[in-house]
Amino acid sequence: MLTKRIIPCLDVRNGRVVKGTKFTDIRDVDDPVVLAAFYAQAGADELVFYDITASSDEREIFLDIVKKTADTIDIPFTIGGGIRSLADFDRLMKAGADKVSINSPAVNDPQLIKEAALRYGSQCVVLSMDVKKNDKGRWDVYVKGGREYTGLDAIEWAKRGVALGAGEIVLNSIDTDGVKDGYALEITREISDSVRVPVIASGGAGNMEHFYEVLTDGKADAALSASVFHFGEIEIRKLKEYLKKKGVEVRL
Amino acid sequence: MIVIVDYGVGNIRNVERALTKLGMEVIVTRDIEMIDQAKAIILPGVGAFRDAIGNLIKYDLVDCLKRNAEKGTWIVGICLGMQLLYDKSYEDGEYEGLGLLRGEIVKFDDSDLKVPHMGWNRLIKQREDELTQDLTDQDYVYFVHSYYLKSDDKEQIIFTSSYGVDVPAIVRKDNIIGMQFHPEKSGAVGVKILRNLKELIV
Repeated sequence: MLTKRIIPCLDVRNGRVVKGTKFTDIRDVDDPVVLAAFYAQAGADELVFYDITASSDEREIFLDIVKKTADTIDIPFTIGGGIRSLADFDRLMKAGADKVSINSPAVNDPQLIKEAALRYGSQCVVLSMDVKKNDKGRWDVYVKGGREYTGLDAIEWAKRGVALGAGEIVLNSIDTDGVKDGYALEITREISDSVRVPVIASGGAGNMEHFYEVLTDGKADAALSASVFHFGEIEIRKLKEYLKKKGVEVRL
Repeated sequence: MIVIVDYGVGNIRNVERALTKLGMEVIVTRDIEMIDQAKAIILPGVGAFRDAIGNLIKYDLVDCLKRNAEKGTWIVGICLGMQLLYDKSYEDGEYEGLGLLRGEIVKFDDSDLKVPHMGWNRLIKQREDELTQDLTDQDYVYFVHSYYLKSDDKEQIIFTSSYGVDVPAIVRKDNIIGMQFHPEKSGAVGVKILRNLKELIV
């Protein structure tokens, strides 16, 4: 059977890896290419890079990092952040990205999902969504790092994104992100049950048990995290050994 | 010289990079004269079968590939490139492939499975082969595909993987080799397979 995947995420700004807590308060960590190679060696199944830069100068630096990463590692990697058009897709795919994830632009222009899927195949198009629970117990989709409510229901948006051609979903829970108190199991499970593509849980990992919970109870196909890996709190190999012992199929 | 056939689909740079890293002399081209001189022809591929075979026809490569296969040149199909080696595919219709190997490409039944079959899956040995001499049943490789090979010719299948059905993962008949997964994205195991391939074809 397919293994569950463990995916370190690297937020990159101005050529350096950073990690935000609840999307503010950013701390500098490391060189992205070096860190990518380290993770690939350590047993990561895949990597995700988020470009959180703003200026076009920095975007060139980021593109160069994508190329160097593609030259260096031999596991798949996804690029997210700052993708607004098919032209952005083209640039990143040509630079060597295996998949490209889109968030806010997909909300503004859902056809972008479709066009990208037609050009590159669904397997290259990842729909990334930031969600938050409302007071009615439903989950809403937010954009702009969790600051702007879109009016979309998370489950409906996930289904629509997949119907348009998204081949994978990264589900980031705003409330649990950076809090290290566990992934948002309920919505991860609901989305996973609602769509026929893999769901990557994001936001909330603090210990090994959190990974186990979201990959079993939460029905996630993969679990993504940044800080627990960057700061050496959890070693990927040890995490996978732990998961295997608990009966979760992982690549060791 | 090893040729990677550039027939205008998908991201083939990663395959080129992986082979170059192992010290292979690689040329990316669709020039028929060049392909005719190659020791090994790599057919990569990401995307849809219809576009892929359509482009092979458009660039006049179908006869070239068949001729070289017959001549004994190594032909290595990766992912969609492997599917192209077969008689027929049912991806979004019904399309004839190169017919170098016997079998048909059919869709996964997605009633119980997530499709595409995407991620790391374990290899299961069916028979010995030089290409895979140091691979074991504990090795994982990276797959991304929605269609798989169905064939009565079991002899060609070296390794399978399990995803609802037995998915042929590595196939070989004489000089024709196919890999359904992406060796260039399969970490150390992928490198091992490509290194064996190098030994075999160089």
